[in-house]
This record gives sequence, structure tokens and C-alpha cells, in this order.
Amino acid sequence: MKETLTSKSLSSAGTMLVRILFAVVAAFPLVFMLVSSLKPDQQIFGDMSSVAAFLPIGNISFDNYAAVFDRVPAARFLINSTGVSAVTVVLGIFINSLCAFALSRMEVRGKRIVFTAILATLIVPFQTLALPLVWWVNQLPFFELNGFSLEISKGWLDTYQVQIIPFIANAFSIYLYHQYFESIPKELDEAARIDGAGWFRIYRLVVMPLAGPATATVAILTFLPAWNSYLWPLMVVQSEELRPVMIGIQYFFQLNVSWGEVMAYASLITVPVVVLFIAFQRSFINSIASSGVKG
Amino acid sequence: MTTTQIPPSPGRRVAAPAPAAPPSKPHRRPRYLREQLSGWAMIAPAAALLLLFVFLPAILGFGLAFTNARLVSPRPVEFVGADNFVRLFTDPTFWRALLNVSYFAVVVVPVQSGLALAMALLINKKFRGVNFFRTLYFLPVVTSMVVVSLLWLFMYRKDGLINEFLSAASFGLIDGPDWLNDPATSMPAIIILSIWQAAGFHMIIWLAGLQSISGELYEAAQLDGASRWHQFRYVTWPGLRHTRTLILVTITIQALGLFDQVSVMTQGGPLDSTTTIIFEAVRSGFKQQETSYASAISLVFFVLVLLISAVQRYLTREKD
Repeated sequence: MKETLTSKSLSSAGTMLVRILFAVVAAFPLVFMLVSSLKPDQQIFGDMSSVAAFLPIGNISFDNYAAVFDRVPAARFLINSTGVSAVTVVLGIFINSLCAFALSRMEVRGKRIVFTAILATLIVPFQTLALPLVWWVNQLPFFELNGFSLEISKGWLDTYQVQIIPFIANAFSIYLYHQYFESIPKELDEAARIDGAGWFRIYRLVVMPLAGPATATVAILTFLPAWNSYLWPLMVVQSEELRPVMIGIQYFFQLNVSWGEVMAYASLITVPVVVLFIAFQRSFINSIASSGVKG
Repeated sequence: MTTTQIPPSPGRRVAAPAPAAPPSKPHRRPRYLREQLSGWAMIAPAAALLLLFVFLPAILGFGLAFTNARLVSPRPVEFVGADNFVRLFTDPTFWRALLNVSYFAVVVVPVQSGLALAMALLINKKFRGVNFFRTLYFLPVVTSMVVVSLLWLFMYRKDGLINEFLSAASFGLIDGPDWLNDPATSMPAIIILSIWQAAGFHMIIWLAGLQSISGELYEAAQLDGASRWHQFRYVTWPGLRHTRTLILVTITIQALGLFDQVSVMTQGGPLDSTTTIIFEAVRSGFKQQETSYASAISLVFFVLVLLISAVQRYLTREKD
């Protein structure tokens, strides 16, 4: 008996050791990034051969961060990314949930075909869409109110809307909302209708307030790719004042780059997401899990 | 439910399979119409956007692949038949790209899904600090691939963190290669960072699968005196059948779409050792502005994705 106990605690100690090993592997590059962002270049290279590479010791300062704002229009990029992500998330939640509401809770003729068509878009990877889409948005007109005259401009390249509008509607968000709405009893709609509520009121006051977890999931799954997007803005946005944070990395693709500054910039655009992640850790991970179980 | 002050619409009868519906009254027609109208008004915005930015470009891409369209060009778009495909299939860079993504996928799919499963098993049981480990394992996933690439670009230098570590661990015996500038090590380097970044994502999917297996099955197995390995072999592994298919398909498709890492770290080099299908598509479509040729590459990529997910689904289904 005693023997099995010891061997059990031994094996659980072993398991813990493996867990810690995985944790170290998962975390060391990010720790290295954060720590290096506080050091001058010379010290980064000097510390590399020892454990000091992972410790904020020696000549620590925020100089690299200050330098980043001189080299890169980082403030502008951060504002752009925040704005583009926020608008995409908010509009995405509204439009996709509205669509899913009608598809799951109303008797609209032909909704089955529409829902199937929406789900069919899931099989097209964005990479195959990207290049025809660049060509396509370049042909689209856009209406702009200039004073009191309506101006029509051709081509969406190099605008904010090209970073937002194509990503608002999302089949997967519609699917998630649809699944969630199905689990809310339809008697609630009945009761509201008897009280004289219209469909939009039911959507706004009955169903959406109950759909918190679905909204959290959609918000996260829309925010992450919006903040991290790289390929798309690389192709469609040229002007510096319209570009998002990930493109700022290109400012460091040159010879004689200061690695301390690179690490500072990388930390600057990663830390907001990491903080968000840690704050909403539970719903974050659950939402990824539920999104994975779609097959 | 059964009390009705207002006549029910035909829709609600289907929506909620209530007991017997009361006989319909004459003025149900306008109400039915209103439900149709408001329903379509709610569906329209999302449907229109999907039509405009997914369906149309997908069809356009298919069409453009058979033309000579360029991103900005004074010439009218002309139909050129299969010219783009002939050019594509006679281009050695394309075959090299295909070979590279196959190499990438063949290594990444088993290694990454295996490591992800190991991580999921490690944190599946409740223990002190389980949230801490879960958060740490997942941290690389929320870090953008562009940042990850830049970070590893720095660590992979000849005098970078990786080589310093190898040298220290081997007491100076190993003199690490110049990872990204050597055609022999450039792809393995990209493979390692890709697995590091994405394993946490698949760990979560494995975890969702593990938690869907009933605890009673394990209790029964323990009563029968099954060892840990036997429990895994006869309870866990069969229980993860659907998760397995899902993970195989998603990792393979992601692997074929390899782009960000290559774009940031190597630009397809050295000597085309890391070029990929999507990288070639972006290079020709964006840098050389050859929309038509890029569309042809995208079309081949799409067919490949369809083919592989079909084959995988077939194979994983066949085994039961």
C-alpha cells in the first residue's frame, strides 16, 4: 500500500515537472521579448548566453519605447488598429446576430437555403479570396458626403472601410449565434409578442440580453484577427496614416536595426492583447473550445 | 402557451411545436407578411455583405484565373483560356512551393497535434494552478504570428538565443547553424516556431474533446483494473474520434496556407527553400500585380484544400 502511494506521488511530481517544462517552452520567447525591450542593444547581446537574458537586470529603462515612437508613427498605428478592430467587432456583433435571429427564431420563407449558403462560405479559406478581393474592392464605388454634395469615388484601396466592411459579416459568427439562439426557449418570444412587441424589440430586449456568452465568443473571434491582420492591410493600405499596428513591423525591416526597439514595438502591440486575454481568460479559452467543436 | 388573445401566425406554430393550434383568424395575412418583411430586413445586411465580399470574389477569382487581368492596367480584361495554368505548372518555383508546404504539413500535422494532445492531457485533471498552466500554454496563440516571426527571427540569428542555448547545453560542442540563412535549416526553423505558436490552440480543442468523454467510462475502466495506458488506449483515444478528424483537417489546411512566417522571416529564401503556395500567390498578385496568375494559384490552392479535407474525412471515417 505504502509503496503504491509513493510511486503515485512520484508520478504526480513527474507530471508536474513535465507541465512546468511545457510552460517554460511556451513562455520563454515572450519573456525574452519583454525583458529585451527594456535593455540597450549591447546588453541584450551580452546577456544572451546566460539566464540574464530572461531577467530584467542591469541597465533597465523605457528608452527603447520612447525611441519607437520617434521611429514609427506608433501612436497613429495603435489608434488605427483600435478603431478598426472596435468598429469591426461592434458592427459584426450587430449584423451577424440580427441575421441569426431571423434565421433561427422567425418563420421566414426560404431561410433554409440562405442558411445553407451562408454556411457554405466557411469552406473558402481567406487566402484564396484575398487576391480576387483586392481586385474587386478596387472596382467598387464609394459615396462620400463632402459638405452638402455627395461625391462618388472609385476604388476602396487605401481607406479605412476596406479594412472594416469586408470583415463585418462572418458565416461563423452567424452560425455561433444561430446555435445559441436555438437554445433559448421560444416561449419568451410568444410572451413578448402577446405584450405587443415587434420582432426588433424582441431581438433587442429579450434575446440579445440572454446571448452574452455567444456575444463574448463572437467579440473575441472577431477582435483577434482584426488586431493581428497583416496580409490584407499589406495589400490594400498604402498611406501611413491609415495603417494598422502589424504593418508597423515593416519599419524595422532594414539593416542595422536596433533590436531593443524592435522588441519594444513588438511588446507594445502584443501586451494589450495579452492583458485582454488574461482578463477574460476563461471566456477566451471556452470560446475557442466551442468554436473548435464545429466539425 | 394555449391562451391566445391574438391569432398565432403560421410561423409561430412551426417554431414552437405547441399543442393544438387554435383555428386561424381572417387577419393573419398582413401579420404573416410583416414577419416575412422584417425577417428579410434582418437577414439582408449580413447576407448582402457575404454576397459582396465572399461569394462574388470567389466566383471572380475563378473567372479571373482564365484571363489576363492585372490589378491596375489600361488594357481591357481578356479571356486567355488555360494560359495561366500552363505557366503555373511549368514553373519550377510553383513545384518547389508545393514541395515545401508538403514537407511543412508532413512534419507539423503529427508533431503539433501530438504535442497539443500531450498538453491537453497534462491539464485535463483538476489540480492547483491548472488555470495558470492553461493560460501560459495558450499565450503564444494570442500573440500575432507576425510578432512571433519577428521574435524568432531574432532568436534564430547565428549569435542568437537558440544557438547560445545549444552551445551552453552542449558545453560548447554544438556550434548552431545560421538557421534562416541556410537552405537546410530554414524550413525546420519555420516549422519549430509554427508548432510553438499554434499548439496551444489545438490543445484547447483536444481539451474540449476530452471533457466530452463521460467520467463513468473511466470509473468502469478503473474498476476493471485498467492501467493508465489502457484507459488512454481504450477509453480516451476512441472517445476523441471526432476531435481527431477536426484537428487533422484544421492543421493540414492551416499548414497549406503557410504565409505570414515566410513573409516576415525569409521572403521565400534562401534558394526558394521556404517559398509556399500562398507566398507565390501574394508575390505575383500583389508585388507583380498579376491578379489573374495569382487567382490561378489561389484556385489550385482551393482545390488542394478541398481534396485533402475530403480524403482525410474519408480516411478517418473508414477506420470504425
